[in-house]
Amino acid sequence: MPLLIRRIGFYLIAAYAAITLDFFIPRMLPGNALSAILTQMRGVVTPAQLASMAAEYGADDKQSLLSQYFTYVGHTLSGNFGLSLSHQETPVSTVLGGDLPWTIGLIGSATVVAFLLGTLIGIMAGWRRGGLLDAIVPVSTFFQAIPYFVLGLLLLIIFGSDLAWFPIGGGYDTTNRYVTYVQGWNWPYMSSVLQHLVLPGTTVVLASIAGWIVGMRNMMITTMDEDYVLVAAAKGLSRFRVIGIAARNAILPTISNFTLSISLVVTGAVLVEVVFDYPGIGNEMFNAITAADYPLLQGILLVVTFAVLIANFLADLAYVVLDPRSRREA
Amino acid sequence: MTSTLPTETMTGGSPATPAAPARRRRRHYPIKVQVGAGITLFFILIAIFGPELAPHSAAWVANTTNGTPQPPSGSNWLGTDNTQHDLYSALLLGARSTLLISFVAGAFATVLSVAMGVTSGYVGGVTDEVMSIITNIFLALPGLLILMVILKPLPPGDQNNSLVIGFVVALSSWAYGARALRAQTLTLRDQDYVVSARVIGERKRRIVIYEILPNLLPIVAASFIFTVIYGMGVYVALCYLGVVSPASGSWGTLLQTAQASGAIEANQWWWYLPPALCIALVGIGLALLNFGIDEIINPRIRSSRSKRRDVKFQLGLTPVVRPATSTVVEGEQL
Repeated sequence: MPLLIRRIGFYLIAAYAAITLDFFIPRMLPGNALSAILTQMRGVVTPAQLASMAAEYGADDKQSLLSQYFTYVGHTLSGNFGLSLSHQETPVSTVLGGDLPWTIGLIGSATVVAFLLGTLIGIMAGWRRGGLLDAIVPVSTFFQAIPYFVLGLLLLIIFGSDLAWFPIGGGYDTTNRYVTYVQGWNWPYMSSVLQHLVLPGTTVVLASIAGWIVGMRNMMITTMDEDYVLVAAAKGLSRFRVIGIAARNAILPTISNFTLSISLVVTGAVLVEVVFDYPGIGNEMFNAITAADYPLLQGILLVVTFAVLIANFLADLAYVVLDPRSRREA
Repeated sequence: MTSTLPTETMTGGSPATPAAPARRRRRHYPIKVQVGAGITLFFILIAIFGPELAPHSAAWVANTTNGTPQPPSGSNWLGTDNTQHDLYSALLLGARSTLLISFVAGAFATVLSVAMGVTSGYVGGVTDEVMSIITNIFLALPGLLILMVILKPLPPGDQNNSLVIGFVVALSSWAYGARALRAQTLTLRDQDYVVSARVIGERKRRIVIYEILPNLLPIVAASFIFTVIYGMGVYVALCYLGVVSPASGSWGTLLQTAQASGAIEANQWWWYLPPALCIALVGIGLALLNFGIDEIINPRIRSSRSKRRDVKFQLGLTPVVRPATSTVVEGEQL
């Protein structure tokens, strides 16, 4: 699998670049922004912690940049992202561990729904070009053109605030005095979680579905003119089989296009979390920025980048499974 | 300010314009492009003349000294916020910074993506490999999050500088265009006319600028519009998160102050709805333009009302996506 090996090589380089970038960003900041941040923290942390942080960020000039870098990479690889300042010095990895399931649940479910629905609509729109479904295409692009969080804000206003169909924020109901939810796989808790997932999930689906619909539609139109589809139709195969043959080939470029937009979907979803006060990584990031919690910010940056790279890799795997040509030895 | 001298020299200096032959037929642009261009132009005009049109300055406050936002009225068309600023004026004033930074980001990103994409596509070899890896890394990195971390500790002077912010936003958005341009350059590189230019002994720079770039223009335009949309999303998001200095008074800042003051819970729609709708409208206008350009690049995806809904049985002609030159050859064979 030369393609897969190439891709894995690329992911290693990208992961390394991300780690390095994460190391240099606080150091590259113009002026003495770093010491400004450290000064800002004075009073929040003890002098000893301040000194150790200054050492970690290289603001004390005691270590060479190179040795700092190696310490940093070693720490990062062993999952040690330092201590979060805004969470009473809890390790960053513990803080993120609590947030990740929410974010993965939100983005994961929204992406699956967007993929299934978008591909289906795209296939039908491409098959019956100029039909009723084809009219959906420009509408879906509208949603794509609106920034995620603005769309989320509009949905929140209409369905959460005005119509009050769905809760306006949070991951599950914490204000209900009559029910105490036990976190875990039980129905009352899960139903509350699902209810709170509807609006943020719909926002991400609406904003990302256009990519699937438009890509699939345009590829269907191109694929339907291919000889093998003509042959399938001429053989007298049922319409659904013919659509299936065309769609299987049309879906490939759509998947590789999707890999390009994964980081857009993730950053978009991160903002949606802020709008809906969803207890995931995005909201954590927002709080970390307000509190100038740099260790947490760096940790989030790394985790999100790695998540995007892993998602990219999964999409690559899907591509290899779907396209026999990519498995052939070149 | 309105000196007549420049206009006079201009009309005097171009006698060719009235003498030029009348255009044969007005080009018909798809309705999407017309609507999109209309919306975009409308907002650009607001961005330019907004401060002149605004009834009040940014510092103006209604003399009522209470802290509750006032709903729209005859004197304040879109009501006021909790500090009694006129929101209609704020909306008009905010257009400039929002659009300016989006377009600055789009311009920077387009220059970057053309430079990276065309170079890596045309030169090939190791340069191409390295540049592709850099492009792909930029695609995979969550740009907005990195921007948040970079912008937050910047001194306020830089946070207000549209060029700095535009450039930083562009850094996170050039990679999509670069990828598309590289792919297209790869197919153009082996076209007959480029090969012949190379055989004649044209210099590389000349070939790229005069032979390849003109044929990339639709893609460059599409990626410019895409990055403007993206840049606006990023900038508004940064303002909304409060990472950029609120002094810009952009639409994102309006949303941020509305959110922070609990306007959504209090149902003060006149505060947050207009900026949100304006952002949405600009995005839609630009997307419509892009949609039109897409159809001009690739006429086959046009949604014609052809009532065609099945495999087309047509013997002897198998249209496949192929550059215009080879289609002509196929037509001759028929």
